[in-house]
Amino acid sequence: MGLEDRVLTGVHFMQGNYAAVEGAIAAGCDFFAGYPITPANEVSEGMARRLPAVGGVFFQGEDELCSIYAISAASLAGAKAMTATASAGYDYMQEGIEYAVAVEAPIVVVDVMRCRGENFATQSDIMQVRWAAAGDHEMIVLAPSTVQETFDFTVRAFNLAEEYRTPVVVVSEMSLALMRERLEIPAASAIPVVNRKRTAKSPADYLPFHADSEYGVPDFAELGTGYRVIHSINPHDERGDIEWEPHAFDRLYKRITGKVRENRTKISTVQRFGLDDADIALVAFGSEVRPALDAMEMAREKGIRAGVMKLDAPWPFPEEAIRDLASNVGAVVTVEMNMGKYAGEVERAVCGKCRTARATKNLGTPHTPDEILSVIEEVRA
Amino acid sequence: MSAPELYTNGNPLLKYMRQDKLPHFFCPGCGCGQVVSAFLRAVEALGLDLGSMVGIGGVGCTARIPVYINMDCLHGVHGRTLAWATGIKLHKPDTKVVVFAGDGDALSIGGNHFIHAARRNLDVTFVVVNNFNFAMTGGQVAPMTPDGSVTMTTPYGSSEPPFDMCKLAVTAGATYVARTLTSNPAQMTTFLKNALNHKGFSVVEILSQCPTHFGRYALGSGSPKGLVEWIKSHTVPASAAEKMSPEETAGKYLVGEFVNVEKPVFRGSTVYTPSTCGCGGKEAK
Repeated sequence: MGLEDRVLTGVHFMQGNYAAVEGAIAAGCDFFAGYPITPANEVSEGMARRLPAVGGVFFQGEDELCSIYAISAASLAGAKAMTATASAGYDYMQEGIEYAVAVEAPIVVVDVMRCRGENFATQSDIMQVRWAAAGDHEMIVLAPSTVQETFDFTVRAFNLAEEYRTPVVVVSEMSLALMRERLEIPAASAIPVVNRKRTAKSPADYLPFHADSEYGVPDFAELGTGYRVIHSINPHDERGDIEWEPHAFDRLYKRITGKVRENRTKISTVQRFGLDDADIALVAFGSEVRPALDAMEMAREKGIRAGVMKLDAPWPFPEEAIRDLASNVGAVVTVEMNMGKYAGEVERAVCGKCRTARATKNLGTPHTPDEILSVIEEVRA
Repeated sequence: MSAPELYTNGNPLLKYMRQDKLPHFFCPGCGCGQVVSAFLRAVEALGLDLGSMVGIGGVGCTARIPVYINMDCLHGVHGRTLAWATGIKLHKPDTKVVVFAGDGDALSIGGNHFIHAARRNLDVTFVVVNNFNFAMTGGQVAPMTPDGSVTMTTPYGSSEPPFDMCKLAVTAGATYVARTLTSNPAQMTTFLKNALNHKGFSVVEILSQCPTHFGRYALGSGSPKGLVEWIKSHTVPASAAEKMSPEETAGKYLVGEFVNVEKPVFRGSTVYTPSTCGCGGKEAK
């Protein structure tokens, strides 16, 4: 196993940030641009060492803006491209995210959430990763809760980006990014790799922003290959021409939001723990799944039938999964490491069908299982 | 003559344009049309295949230029043109990339990308149309607005000294740098040809007239002719300036080619060879 191997098959004791690097390379990433920011630096550092050795390009941009635009343009030139940053850096990238949404450039962004200005554990950017970019858009956001999932979800992020031609965020967290745990990298043949569908049409017949269905994904034509496409962030018609007519807005925005939203049950998978007989369901994503699972065990030892719904992808919002959950339990408790953000979405979907409560805090540390247990006990009382 | 006839009157450069986009949206008297014309003459003279090229425009009047030219185009984000260009050139180094930017796009919001692209010798052509103000947004002060000028955001005169972007480009490491003006189409075409032929970061600043805003606010006249003459009267050939005193060249724009050298072009922040990887090629982490 050497530097030039694309897939480092085997068992590792690896840091979360390096797992993102290996997941990206295993998924076929061949272009990375990033700007230094803690606690995401190991992604850039790992990419700087690994990517050129497997034939890709590493670029340290002069800032986050340069990085996000460089990867979007590289993607339009045919690359599988990624950047990595942390909360404040993600702020800077927003117009670049909008651009990738608008021109349907598949890119992957690793955003390691950190507390404002300092490197403490938090999930306070869970709405930012969904809503920060201007303009109508849907986001695909995957939230790993282990180092293994950081690898797996980064692979999946590339595959979803390629399938839907849209930016995909892997939202990591300070604690997860810098933690080392067991990681098993499968054989290359066992790692599914999706590539965007390229057009078979001639330039004369090709419509760059036309899809075969209302919520479909256009076929791709690479820059510089004679297709002469305008890739503008401005509202554009199926030919790519800047278009100000309401019908063009309607078709474009319906399609680029619908292609994600209408596929949400496929994208936003959930994992269910102890929910078959649960009276109280914890809803959690990212690292907070870990204390939530411990709290579930502790509650069950006390005779409280608790369960956990783990959200692999907080966005697009898993509407149906939460709605079904609310019909089958007495209470839903949202667990998140912030002052209470995602809970609002969960409670909207619960829509009064059961009781709700929140286990929320933003103290720079994850919840302890005891803290979550005390919320469970309160809800039960 | 009807508009369609005007645009299909046998102009040999029309074949390079998206003719269905015409008429263009530039104001009467604007210099952008002259820049398009000179650029397409350069393309014709060099026999370039636009189908294999990428044109980039950010936001602004100049940024619309590549939208009218029949090639792949990235458009619509202010100031990030060179960031896009970097992504394309690093992934597909053989693709010819040309950027069109106004003075605001290039030097204000995009200033940081500009100096770093120059430092790295990114292999793209950067055409900056300097019309001395932010024009599309209505005539505000820009980094190359002459000192003292009245604009919409400097009603008492600008108290910010302007950049000399050619000096900045040379200092930052650009390997081809030239300045010309719209009233010298032959020179404009020659410099654009030289820039397109250059391997490395090639910068052409084109002094251009914006009668609608800069002319009216700063010079008190919306006359394109008056503005073109004002620009001409404020330029000196760089070769002639060498024999002139500092007093004679004060407030004048030097016109000419300032640098034309070969240097290695940017290929990425770190380029792998097994002997330089720093770990003996053993482990990945």
